[in-house]
Amino acid sequence: MRSSLSYHSRQRLTAWLMIAPLAVGVLIIVGWPFLDTIWMSFTSAQLTQYTGDWVGLDNYIRAFRSPQVRGALATTIFFVALTVSLELVLGVLVALLLDQPLYGRRFFRALLILPWALPTVVNAMSWRLIYNPDFGGLNAVLTQIGLLDSYQSWLGSPATAIYAIAVADIWKTVPLVAMITLAALQGVPREQLEAAHIDGASPWSRFKTVTMPAIVGPLMVAAVLRTIEGVKVFDIVWVMTRGGPANSTKTMSIQVYQEAFSNFRAGSGASQGLLIVLVSLILINVYVALLRRQGAQ
Amino acid sequence: MKQPLALRVVLHALAILVAVIILAPILWLLLVSVSTTTHLTTLPFEWIPEKLNFDNYAKLTTLEPNSRGEMFLYAMRNTALVAFGATAIALCAAVPAAWSFSRSKGGQSNLLYVVVATYMLPPVALIVPLFAFLNGLGLLNTKTGLMLVDCSIVLPFTTWLLKSNFDNISHEIEEAAFVDGASMLTVLRSVTLPMAKPALATVVLFSILLVWDEFFYAFILTNDDRSQTLTVAIANLASGRVSDYGLLATAGILTALPPLIIGILLQRALVSGLAQGGVKG
Repeated sequence: MRSSLSYHSRQRLTAWLMIAPLAVGVLIIVGWPFLDTIWMSFTSAQLTQYTGDWVGLDNYIRAFRSPQVRGALATTIFFVALTVSLELVLGVLVALLLDQPLYGRRFFRALLILPWALPTVVNAMSWRLIYNPDFGGLNAVLTQIGLLDSYQSWLGSPATAIYAIAVADIWKTVPLVAMITLAALQGVPREQLEAAHIDGASPWSRFKTVTMPAIVGPLMVAAVLRTIEGVKVFDIVWVMTRGGPANSTKTMSIQVYQEAFSNFRAGSGASQGLLIVLVSLILINVYVALLRRQGAQ
Repeated sequence: MKQPLALRVVLHALAILVAVIILAPILWLLLVSVSTTTHLTTLPFEWIPEKLNFDNYAKLTTLEPNSRGEMFLYAMRNTALVAFGATAIALCAAVPAAWSFSRSKGGQSNLLYVVVATYMLPPVALIVPLFAFLNGLGLLNTKTGLMLVDCSIVLPFTTWLLKSNFDNISHEIEEAAFVDGASMLTVLRSVTLPMAKPALATVVLFSILLVWDEFFYAFILTNDDRSQTLTVAIANLASGRVSDYGLLATAGILTALPPLIIGILLQRALVSGLAQGGVKG
């Protein structure tokens, strides 16, 4: 049997066999659950009674009409736009700063790893303690320097809660973007920067024409990944506010969790969960289009 | 480009500001962990506590039955076991696959993109079938069940990171072994993997960090000491109406310690690994 196969086709067979465990594994723990979720989204499945009746597009129509889902969609998109844009801008600025000849530059750069390595749940919990209305560090600082008259409940007020969570997310991610940018900055042709400087180009035009092209690729990857993570965000919001107060921080993932696990409507939850995937897909396509346009210029 | 003195002063001031912002939340957590509730709630707040109080650390490192320490230490054990287990399982699948993706030009590479794209799927959109699946196998509330499910988070990253690292390893020595008639598995085991050791170490640690960080699946799929992980334990402590903030902060510090140490020790490897292929949030 073995000898009837040529060396080449045996190699090809091995190549596929080596992929098989991964393919089968991903099929079982991701592929099948995903297909099952798609199927469920067209049924009236309950968490307690797993096989529901076929209801066609009912779940989707109800999802689009639901003020809860619309609110959660708006909150999610707002959160993603706010955090990803600030993380990119601040991350690049921090990287450019730490790329300068500074005393202790190695130390400053080494610090960047800390927020990235800190577990998200610990990060969320520690910001809860910073925002605490009774003894929080933020209140202590702001009242002691006179910016605030009395202690505020930053996470307890619908006006500030989403921004408070965004700050925690930005604190954790800006250093990551900075590390990626610093790595990419190694590829910037220094002679070109010097030449542009001698030619009298302004710092901004030097950044745009020489630095930016070297870092735009890695930044785009970071933007796509952060967007995907932002669209499906659950843990940081859950630990800080559980979606409250008054649903002001309820993201799509929390909405889906509540629909499936608090209201027991698994079918309806499935349809709303797929909306998250849809939002991710749309945003990724926007990035790809932007990148293409950038490349065409 | 020589910088004027004023600019240099400003740049250093900004760098110090960045350092303070990075360190402040971590130092706050440390401060709360060694403070008594009385100290915390006395206003105006004193930034330097008169006396350091390590009671909370003692409380969380005891195995006394039904204590919070017991719950916490079990959670830490569970987290470590799930992190190592999921990493081991995921690597068994990812290493041969990543190498195959890297070395063959066939149609397999599309599969790589499918695996990476699964990262886009939110856990909330997979959890109900996964819950039913584990329930059917009797694996709900077990470390094994959580390990298997956590592989779905680890696999896209590890496969991608390994593939881009294998891409950077020279094919020539492998070719020589092939000419000698070695099988693909032999070449992978005795030629490629020894050369990829640093990359493998990075991927292992990266994967452990990912599982250490995981919350949602553990939150849904586990519910007691037998399998509950640290992130769930902390979320439970944080969301209750407990006023024991010192204990909470201490749990946070102890939970963050292993990842922070990994991060600091492997900064360089992690950063180049990140730059090469993937980014963790």
